[in-house]
Amino acid sequence: MSTLNELVGDAKIVVTCGPGGIGKTTSAAAMGVAIARHEDRRVLVLTVDPAKRLATALGLEGIGNDIGRVPLDGARGELSVAMLDTQASWDSLIRRHAPDAGTATKILNNTLYQNITRRFVQSHDYIAVERLFEIVEMNEFDVIVVDTPPSRNALDFLDAPSRMADFFSSRFLKWLIAPSRTGLATVATKPLTFIADKILGGQFLSDITEFFLLLNSMHDGFIARAREIDAILHQNSTQFVVVSTLEDQPLREAEQFAVELKKRSLHTVAWIVNRVVPEKLLLPGDQSDHDDLVHRLEEIPEPRRSAVVAMVERNRDYWIRVALREQESLARIADYGLDLFTVPEQAGDMTDLAALSTLGDVVMRSAVRRAGTTDA
Amino acid sequence: MGKTTVATALALSLSRAGKKVLLCSIDERPDIAKAFGRKELTFAPVEVEPGMFVMGMETEAALREYLKINLKLPFLGKLGPVATALDFVATAAPGVKEILTIGKICFEVRERHYDVVVVDAPATGHVVGYLSAPRAINDMAKVGLIRSQTSWMEEILGDAETTSALIVTTAEEMPVQETLELMVSLRNKTQVHLDAVLVNRVIEVEPSETENELIDERMTGESPVAIAWHLARARSAKQGRHLSHLETGVSAPVEILRVPEIVSQRASELVEAVAASLGAELT
Repeated sequence: MSTLNELVGDAKIVVTCGPGGIGKTTSAAAMGVAIARHEDRRVLVLTVDPAKRLATALGLEGIGNDIGRVPLDGARGELSVAMLDTQASWDSLIRRHAPDAGTATKILNNTLYQNITRRFVQSHDYIAVERLFEIVEMNEFDVIVVDTPPSRNALDFLDAPSRMADFFSSRFLKWLIAPSRTGLATVATKPLTFIADKILGGQFLSDITEFFLLLNSMHDGFIARAREIDAILHQNSTQFVVVSTLEDQPLREAEQFAVELKKRSLHTVAWIVNRVVPEKLLLPGDQSDHDDLVHRLEEIPEPRRSAVVAMVERNRDYWIRVALREQESLARIADYGLDLFTVPEQAGDMTDLAALSTLGDVVMRSAVRRAGTTDA
Repeated sequence: MGKTTVATALALSLSRAGKKVLLCSIDERPDIAKAFGRKELTFAPVEVEPGMFVMGMETEAALREYLKINLKLPFLGKLGPVATALDFVATAAPGVKEILTIGKICFEVRERHYDVVVVDAPATGHVVGYLSAPRAINDMAKVGLIRSQTSWMEEILGDAETTSALIVTTAEEMPVQETLELMVSLRNKTQVHLDAVLVNRVIEVEPSETENELIDERMTGESPVAIAWHLARARSAKQGRHLSHLETGVSAPVEILRVPEIVSQRASELVEAVAASLGAELT
């Protein structure tokens, strides 16, 4: 195994996981572009919330929840992109699972419904996997590259299907809606009803109850669906790639992802490390470097020159500290046993397909930096 | 973005200026506790240095306190299963978690327990949900105790003398885009006044522009000093583009503050350095 391209070579689904703000969406898009350009495969990139210019580069603007084709000159394969529109996906899910059109309309018009689907934190995670499943079922693509929603907690995305199933089978849900069914509040619900009444007002509670009652009518469909999605995520041909930078906070979150993926026996094949500074910063230096710098900047008159030289050297020392810290971090994450692929910071922003193609080749064709699993 | 670091640094510099400060973290992050050499934050504020108190928000504890104060309910020792149930509803039902959180913060302000309350708010996507909770509850709950309690919260949040928002961002594409979007929704969906946008981690290339160009030409080859120079220049140029995009969307009286990039492994050092730099920006 030497390149990421070979690692994900026979995957049907590639899921990029990692914290927000570290180039996860861009990495997913770049991988998709690279696969479509070099291989005779039909590729779909499913992104969640792309930056505006990336969306423009991919022609995603205004496509809503549809799938769009991206023209790639001279590509061996085909590239399509889809963006996740959470609200639209929820609406279509409700329409599909509701027992009848009347119930669907009732749910869609429930005052709480839009609030919940928009703000219920897990709703984004669930709908992302749900949409993935929908695309898998279409059977029109050879490989789907999935960009996961940014979430602080790795569990959120991975556990969304089973948690949704748990939610529908939960005793709590049954208990909450029981009074509406029987017309009798049980003893157990009394303290809740009492507190809810005092704090929220009875109407609010009954709105909530009605909503969950309606949702419960879709119980079986949801559970079956959630199980199928979970099975797909666990297939051998579904491969997970961790993406992060080497900054403290994102790296800690990415490490948590790596741990959780392993715990759930999901097939994690690689770790893409973005925005890595050049290792050459760590080449040893000595007094002659200083003399050389003074010589190079001799056009600047003294005493200004000394000040400028000091600034330039301070800058060098700063980046050396960054490089040293990055080396330590790389050594640490090598222990997770995943193949690491380091990607240098790109000079430009990803504003067009050409830039994405270049990045895609860097990501997919660069050699593995350090194969893990060296238990010795 | 370093939001937590900035909040901590801000609280610290205020308390060192002689104010009694409460720093409240809404999304429990280990960073604040770590910066003060503690394992975790608790709902009950802890004085970590003179005049500087820290707490972590817990919805259930906030509810307990609320019920104790407002309903004088005796049985709160064993909220037990009801709390679990309520927690569930609070996760699923819009506004419940948010109103308890915002209510607790506004309560501390109203009771004047502190001179300043610094809140490390949740990330961009969620913060508006918190700040607009009083109004949202007003729209949804037609009666009930909470309904009667939202107007004083709105007063506190809407008074520019009392409450101000500070957006922390970095000079990168997504953060700038999200900042501009957040400014719009703060304006449209909340009454909170935005005071400033703080751009964290700005790379500073110190010499003058003419000198920079000369140095660009002279820094050939692959020595560390040359690589570092071009890295700083490239990142600074990139940041400059995003900063000017940000500037087009920010107008007076909202200010743009800048905090330079600081490399540090230790949370406490980082907070101290940012506090020093913030002190300079704020005075």
